[in-house]
Amino acid sequence: METRTVIDAHNLSKVYNPDSIPVNAVNEVHLHLERGEFTSLVGPSGSGKTTLLNLIGGLDQPTTGKVLINGTDITAMAPNALIDFRLHNIGFVFQAFNLIPVLTASENIEFIMLLQKIPKAERTRRVRELLEAVGLPDKGDARPAQLSGGQQQRVAVARALASKPQFILADEPTANLDSHSAATLLDIMEKLNREEHMTFLFSTHDQRVIDRARRVITLVDGRISSDTAPAGLSHA
Amino acid sequence: MLGVLAWRNIWRNRNRSLITMASIAGAVMLSVVTVSLQKGVWDNLVRNVVSLYTGYVQVHGKGFWDEQTLDNSFEVSDSVLQTVLHTEGVTGMSPRIEAFALASVGEKTRGCLAVGIEPEAEDRLTHLRAKITSGHFIKDGSDHALVAEGLAEKLHLSVGDTLVLLSQGYFGSTAAGQYQIAGILHFGSPELNESVCYLSLQAARYWLDAPDRATALALSLDDPRNLGRVQHALKAALPQTLEVMTWEEMMPEIVQHIKTDTAGMYIFIGVLYLLISFGIFSTLLMMLSERQREFGMLVALGMRKGKIAAVVLMESVFLTLTGSLAGLLLSWPVVWYLTEYPIRIGGEFAKIYERFGFEAVFPATVYAPIFIEQTLVVLGVGLVLALYPALQILRLDPVAAMRK
Repeated sequence: METRTVIDAHNLSKVYNPDSIPVNAVNEVHLHLERGEFTSLVGPSGSGKTTLLNLIGGLDQPTTGKVLINGTDITAMAPNALIDFRLHNIGFVFQAFNLIPVLTASENIEFIMLLQKIPKAERTRRVRELLEAVGLPDKGDARPAQLSGGQQQRVAVARALASKPQFILADEPTANLDSHSAATLLDIMEKLNREEHMTFLFSTHDQRVIDRARRVITLVDGRISSDTAPAGLSHA
Repeated sequence: MLGVLAWRNIWRNRNRSLITMASIAGAVMLSVVTVSLQKGVWDNLVRNVVSLYTGYVQVHGKGFWDEQTLDNSFEVSDSVLQTVLHTEGVTGMSPRIEAFALASVGEKTRGCLAVGIEPEAEDRLTHLRAKITSGHFIKDGSDHALVAEGLAEKLHLSVGDTLVLLSQGYFGSTAAGQYQIAGILHFGSPELNESVCYLSLQAARYWLDAPDRATALALSLDDPRNLGRVQHALKAALPQTLEVMTWEEMMPEIVQHIKTDTAGMYIFIGVLYLLISFGIFSTLLMMLSERQREFGMLVALGMRKGKIAAVVLMESVFLTLTGSLAGLLLSWPVVWYLTEYPIRIGGEFAKIYERFGFEAVFPATVYAPIFIEQTLVVLGVGLVLALYPALQILRLDPVAAMRK
């Protein structure tokens, strides 16, 4: 597997309420993720998992430190440039309310490519491929409300992949799913990771996800307390 | 797809959107019917007023309107007549020569406005023949006179009597003539009824020693809406020694009255639109607050806030446009009905109108700009109201939004 740094976070801190009662949500975190990783970010509630994910995804600005994605410092980007960067480089899967409810599964997947100004024919072809990849080839015309929670998350994964991102950030993707749906979703994501070397970074409480991860980073009070890296990969 | 997204978003809460659209449709319908009715009533009144005497447009010698004397009359050349008659929009013309005169019968004398006319042309313009209450109409070149009944009563005149007219003729000469009364006229306007008498143009010119001259050419138009265009064309084509005036310039008090009445109506419509604005605004605010997470998610996925704001603007436009179109569709048959079957008022109110020579009829008018104007106003309201949610989206913090 080609090794190349995709995410490089330096001395990352996020302090909420700096002027009143400061809360160090993320505290001097150094984190490197390389292409093809399948990594879980774990820790108790309030440990800073989601905040760290938001900082890496460019959704939030760090108080100190910087985030390099493929060598590009996203913390120095102007707001619209950052949004465009996310569109082309980062895929997101959220815990819930992932899909646009008034669009069908196909349209939800196509929507990202439309924002990327990809031609119609290519969009159509890729939507079909992605629905196949997540095991929902016959659900393209279904609205989110007509899909189960697990199916919705699979469509969300397909949508995250639609933009051909550098990596996918998934915030508690299995939190609302039953065992079977969670297993199916994880199977799909593992397969994408194994076959297409797609990089995944999860924040999770879910042991089912932790068990499948090849690297587990534990956050406590905003600091990395442990980082179990697979053999052959070195991490801070 | 942004348009599709906006359209489908409207129907997320079908009942709320339908209620909002219904309120917009109701307001548009009410305003279109009100404006159409008011315009129809005023058009009808103006038609009545201009056909009473002035016509829609008059051509005078320069300065005549400010100083109405024979000295400001003009020579009616063939080229002037041809120019006027061939101007697009002009359907008829009545040349007049007017002079203030003393009307005398026996020992009774009254001041009057003596008007020389081409009887048939004048009848086409002001329906003069229909105003005869006794006697008969006059013919071109006749030496007979028509007298308004108020003036006739004061002079104790009746058909067949002789009327003596004294005035100052052109070049300052004394003008005197006697004319047999052919008919008595009834005017709705008390002012005209007390003061006017008509001669044939030929007889009046002879009496005033003003051959080939006129004080006014009163014109009728194919469509009153062409008023400005006709005036502009005539001003461009006629010699600078002539002035071209519209009824609006000759009767500014009526214009002022229409403006005052119209302003009152627009206040009413403004209040109406203000009320529906609250409805539209509350719908937009609810749509905004319900979808905070979604907006945050879209920004996270890489959709620029400007595009999300554009979707919300489109939603507001679709909401107001659909309501407006429904309002227009509902109002059209009502306006059409009121145009074809005007409101007719009876009783004392009708008698007051009839005393002034008007029918107490209140028609609407089917006038496309009214429909377009109301639609544009509502669309404008929708766009302005959507600015607030759009600005909120531009300020959106995706992380905070997704926490909601």
